Amino acid sequence: MSGPSKYQPTSAVGKWFHERLPIVAFAKDHALDFPTPKNLNYWYTFGGILAVMLVVQIITGIVLVMHYTPHVDMAFASVEHIMRDVNYGWMLRYLHMNGASMFFIAVYIHMFRGMYYGSYKAPREVLWMIGVIIYLVMMATAFMGYVLPWGQMSFWGAKVITNLFSAIPFVGPEITTWLWGGYSVDNPTLNRFFSLHYLLPFVLAGIVFLHIWALHVVGNNNPTGISVKSDKDTVPFHPYYTLKDGFAIVVFLIFYAAFVFYGPNYMGDAVNYVQANPLATPEHIKPEWYYLPFYAILRSINNKLLGVVAMFSSILILLFLPWLDTSRVRSGKYRPIFKLEFWVFCVVCVALGFVGAQKPNDTLSWIGFLLTLYYFAHFIIFLPLMGLLEQPKRLPNSISEDVLAHSHGKLAAAE
Amino acid sequence: MKKFASLLIAGSALIGCAGLAHAEAEKDAKAISYSFEGPFGKFDKAQLQRGYKVYQTVCANCHSMKFVAFRNLADRGGPGFTDAQVKALAATFKVSETDSKGDTKDRDGMASDYFPSPALATIAGLGAIPPDLSLITKAREGWHGTFNQLLNNVGGPQYVYSLLTGYEDPPKGVAPIEGKYYNPYFTSGVWISMPPQLTDGLVKYDDDTKPTVDQMAKDVSAFLAWTAEPKMEERKQTGLEVLVYLLILAGLLYAVKRKIWAAIH
Ligand code: HEC
Ligand code: HEM
Repeated sequence: MSGPSKYQPTSAVGKWFHERLPIVAFAKDHALDFPTPKNLNYWYTFGGILAVMLVVQIITGIVLVMHYTPHVDMAFASVEHIMRDVNYGWMLRYLHMNGASMFFIAVYIHMFRGMYYGSYKAPREVLWMIGVIIYLVMMATAFMGYVLPWGQMSFWGAKVITNLFSAIPFVGPEITTWLWGGYSVDNPTLNRFFSLHYLLPFVLAGIVFLHIWALHVVGNNNPTGISVKSDKDTVPFHPYYTLKDGFAIVVFLIFYAAFVFYGPNYMGDAVNYVQANPLATPEHIKPEWYYLPFYAILRSINNKLLGVVAMFSSILILLFLPWLDTSRVRSGKYRPIFKLEFWVFCVVCVALGFVGAQKPNDTLSWIGFLLTLYYFAHFIIFLPLMGLLEQPKRLPNSISEDVLAHSHGKLAAAE
Repeated sequence: MKKFASLLIAGSALIGCAGLAHAEAEKDAKAISYSFEGPFGKFDKAQLQRGYKVYQTVCANCHSMKFVAFRNLADRGGPGFTDAQVKALAATFKVSETDSKGDTKDRDGMASDYFPSPALATIAGLGAIPPDLSLITKAREGWHGTFNQLLNNVGGPQYVYSLLTGYEDPPKGVAPIEGKYYNPYFTSGVWISMPPQLTDGLVKYDDDTKPTVDQMAKDVSAFLAWTAEPKMEERKQTGLEVLVYLLILAGLLYAVKRKIWAAIH
């Protein structure tokens, strides 16, 4: 945040309060006046969308807890009680269930946006790394939430994923027992997952606060990737971005509502409508869609420990992204080779997701292995090399020059 | 243009991989249609009432339905029985209750009672445990594939219909298995422990619909779609209201946003 606050308390009470707690000035500076580049496109609205989704998950979650019972004998029935007997319970539950998927759709778009426009580069490294931590905590939260309805996939998903820790040399089995609170996934596991599932979203809210703090120290990146140079490059957040984000949020809610009300079980697994049964393994255990690329990486390597290491590395490598990319130019818009490779990388990630969804067979294992190789090569080989080898296009002198050039281009075309 | 090309690549990769999706049952469910499909689809009350009758006279002998109570039969968006009818239906069952002294007594069923579960003796020796049917149409898929299910739903009711009407003689060269029946629509292999259940005229319908095997299978699978998703009509109705509201709001926001941004260049 640059410059002194523009907030001037007008009333005596306002002044008295401001001298003791300048919270109104803080809110005005950060939510209303914050200077924001004027060329942000709709890919930049997903941050606001994510904040809304976090609030939606917390509110629907808190109300669900009022009717939910975290016990292996009652959890499944209590969720059915919510669906059948609680007023608008079906809506709460479908909002929460699909809300998790929407949350991940938004976070993936948000992250790939950052990768395309080089938003992780100096001075935004810490902002980016906080984002990666948010993503990790989200994954943990959703994983534990999925266990709560105690369906077949809740149980077996939890079993498979917690079992991964047994691959750790020497102490693995002890760690797994410790995680389970016993010798299998059972009531203690459900109870602790419930406790953590309630806690983590509030931890998330805290980390999101840090994320926005870091954002407001360095300011937004923008599609040109060039830094703000003068006041001409920015507009105050309100009303310009409150309205643009507001519109995007409502459009996203329409997409979300379409699933909640017309296809609420489309993204879920049918098997989770069968109550958990430790004696009957489902034919095909697979996690929710948002974990599938990582599940594919896990299974692509024929050694449990290495698979687990590869899976965790595939996420943790994102923390090093600011230093793996050697290009001086931030935005992919001006990087012809990177731009192409970026889209290939996107396709590879989606393809990994599809491989993760299938029952494993030899051909698929090979495809999965090659895709995994590409995934890591993108970070370790292509990004460092492209930055050194490629010849970037000429950058505009400033954001406002770029905006002007575009609107003139449009005018010229119209004439 | 390049963006478009990459989208194309992404798209074909998606479709290619989706094609690999495995089918669990030997055959996909028969794609029959129901009145309750689509964004405006509603349950056919008469069909649900007939389906209830098939369920009670046939399926309930072996299958439980733990999450449905008699009172639900009178709920909005359901089979539409009257309260009096529900009372009468419930009273045709006996419910055993243990009083404070520990004595067990039978009493007439009440609207608040849940559907009774079959006696253990009936289902012992069937070779497999008959699953609870409350959620069966949400717990099974009729067909697979990411796009297929997006366009055509998951096919749970169709799965039940196909299972009930899909018994066949095993193909030549496949030896029969004692106590199992050949059914290529079954999800877990082709041999199911449930004997064929429906024969023409098995249930006497109260309206003048002909109780053919096909009709009974349709009716009972529709009834099971309702038991799995009793709030479906309320859901779609609420969805319509929510969407209309959001669409208007989006329109207004867009208009204001454009007006305010018009001066920025
Ligand atoms: C004679 C007892 C009996 C009756 C009556 C009966 N079933 Fe079943 N049903 C079974 C058994 C046993 C199974 C388990 C089959 C297996 O797992 O091999 C089963 C399984 C099923 C399944 C699940 C198949 C799967 O995908 O796992 C459905 C659906 C089903 N029955 C529907 C019905 C319907 C609808 C009726 C009434 C028309 C009915 N059943 C009547 C015994 C019965
Ligand atoms: C980061 C935010 C959150 C995410 C991503 C998330 C995710 C999930 C998921 C995936 C499920 C399983 C849904 C299903 O299949 O039924 C679930 C269930 C549940 N969650 Fe959350 N959740 C979040 C926040 C919360 C909060 C804040 C609470 C409570 C304070 C909560 C309470 C519950 C309860 C009680 C269930 C079980 C009921 C059910 O399964 O519908 N959640 N959550």
